[in-house]
Amino acid sequence: MGLNEKPLSTLHEKSSYNLDDFSVPTGREEKWRFTPLSRLKGLHDGTAEVTGQVVTQAYTPAGVSAEWVGRDDARVGQAYAPTDRVSAQAYNAFEKALVVTVPKEAVPAEPIQIELRGGGTAGVAYGHIVVKVEPMAEAVVVLDHQGSAVYADNVEFVVGDGATLKVVSLQDWADDAVHVSQHHAQLAKDATFRSFVVTLGGDLVRLSPSVSYTGQGGDADLSGVYFVDAGQHLEHRLLVDHSTPNCKSHVDYRGALQGEDAHAVWIGDVIIRVEAEGTDTYELNRNLILTDGARADSVPNLEILTGEVAGAGHASTSGRLDDEHLFYLQARGIPADQARRLVIRGFLGQLVDKISVPELRERVLAKIEAELEK
Amino acid sequence: MSTLEIRELQVSVADKEILKGVNLTVRAGETHAIMGPNGSGKSTLAYAIAGHPKYTITGGQVLLDGVDLLELSVDERARAGLFLAMQYPVEVPGVSVSNFLRSAVTAVRGEAPKLREFSKDLKNGMDALAIDPAFATRNVNEGFSGGEKKRHEILQLELLKPKIAVLDETDSGLDVDALRVVSEGVNRFRASGETGVLLITHYTRILRYVKPDFVHVFSAGKIVEEGGPELADKLEAEGYEAYTKASA
Repeated sequence: MGLNEKPLSTLHEKSSYNLDDFSVPTGREEKWRFTPLSRLKGLHDGTAEVTGQVVTQAYTPAGVSAEWVGRDDARVGQAYAPTDRVSAQAYNAFEKALVVTVPKEAVPAEPIQIELRGGGTAGVAYGHIVVKVEPMAEAVVVLDHQGSAVYADNVEFVVGDGATLKVVSLQDWADDAVHVSQHHAQLAKDATFRSFVVTLGGDLVRLSPSVSYTGQGGDADLSGVYFVDAGQHLEHRLLVDHSTPNCKSHVDYRGALQGEDAHAVWIGDVIIRVEAEGTDTYELNRNLILTDGARADSVPNLEILTGEVAGAGHASTSGRLDDEHLFYLQARGIPADQARRLVIRGFLGQLVDKISVPELRERVLAKIEAELEK
Repeated sequence: MSTLEIRELQVSVADKEILKGVNLTVRAGETHAIMGPNGSGKSTLAYAIAGHPKYTITGGQVLLDGVDLLELSVDERARAGLFLAMQYPVEVPGVSVSNFLRSAVTAVRGEAPKLREFSKDLKNGMDALAIDPAFATRNVNEGFSGGEKKRHEILQLELLKPKIAVLDETDSGLDVDALRVVSEGVNRFRASGETGVLLITHYTRILRYVKPDFVHVFSAGKIVEEGGPELADKLEAEGYEAYTKASA
């Protein structure tokens, strides 16, 4: 590197709409090394037959439009270009994209519900969703995934100047589902983005939320909870790319794991580029390992290319339930299994409290509760 | 009327013997003070009786109305009527005080209390201990001051109404006002005459508010002297020196 050149990010990802720009992963690549490729059912190597179905329906409050558009619609791929093989595969294979638009300054009274229902694991399905929140508008979007499917999709969140978008994405799939998904949020000047990811179901879920900023004052908060049971592989890969000055990001993902071969992967990449002075970022991942045989891989990467940051930090912890917590509750007569549930619910529930819409918070808590009762 | 009998109790921590044969009987209506220098094993006695996993029982029995508590799990001991007010109550993130207390009361009584009744009991209990009602929605012990933690322990004591209460240095770290509030709570608890109290303390100060019937001096893992309230006065005047020398 010459003295006049800016340092380049090593986390910077290649992005392209062209499938041929991505070779078929072998499992040795950094971004694929944790994912069991053999369980992807051909999503990564082009062998999958596109005969599967995920029925997607949008329920929109007054003033919000939802339309199905062709691949050539100008709004598709505007905010995001694929950064890995499966994402590129999905981008090149979907038939129609769902475009949801919240008009300028609109504040819909109700959340926008997008239901995705898998119709089985014979054959794969691809999807593409664009949620566009125009300047100064405020909206809440729920993505609710259920059923069986082998599904890969890209979701673009385009948040305009001064707009606010809150997303809750529930991966509540059946046990045999495979889901590989990219959620990309592009934040304009003074935009606010809140993402809350809840991943409970599925044989393999690999969800990659990413954020980019096109103006100053952007504020992104990415939270997630996951509960991994025996045999499940639940992977979350976050990338926040700070390329404009004075933006914020906060990442907090928490998971509980139990059972043989329960596997959680969390990758938290944050880039603060040379031009992104005044960035304030923190990322955190915590795993609660409830039994032997479960495994959590947690890899935070913070790449700072400027000396002028407001704050930058990360933390990662994985551990067992605290004996002292259990002792305290049991010493008050609360039976061991109930004490355990209280502590786990508390650990995840603290994060759920960040969901500002009460009905959604209750819904997420109910899902976690159901998972704990299993 | 309940009786707690500790017979020849021997306890180790990490293969080091801490309690070397403790004998003590606490009957309903009685208050026993266990006093002793730091490191004498007083807290070990409290936690071993409650069943903390760090402590290994190497001999002896602890009977509550004839049932050996040492055969029971921690929660079964509590449901059998044992209560331990802890010296250092832990913070439990994400679990609210009201949720915790309702779960505990439900477990100990064997049925969920009526919501209205529980709310009233909780409010009265908090008022009596001068606990801010906002604490009900806070997480258990999280961000509580030392005094607030102790008052929260006594609140639990009053709500759970055990047969035998073991209070482990409940007085430590309290200013005089907090000590009085906490002591009044203990006195309300024992006023019925149907409960026994084992009060573990380093200092005689709390004994001015909670009068003991019996005083036991603990040193090097054993009870080395026993007497009435006058023994506390002697300790106040002379300290533990005589006992620590004797055991050295």
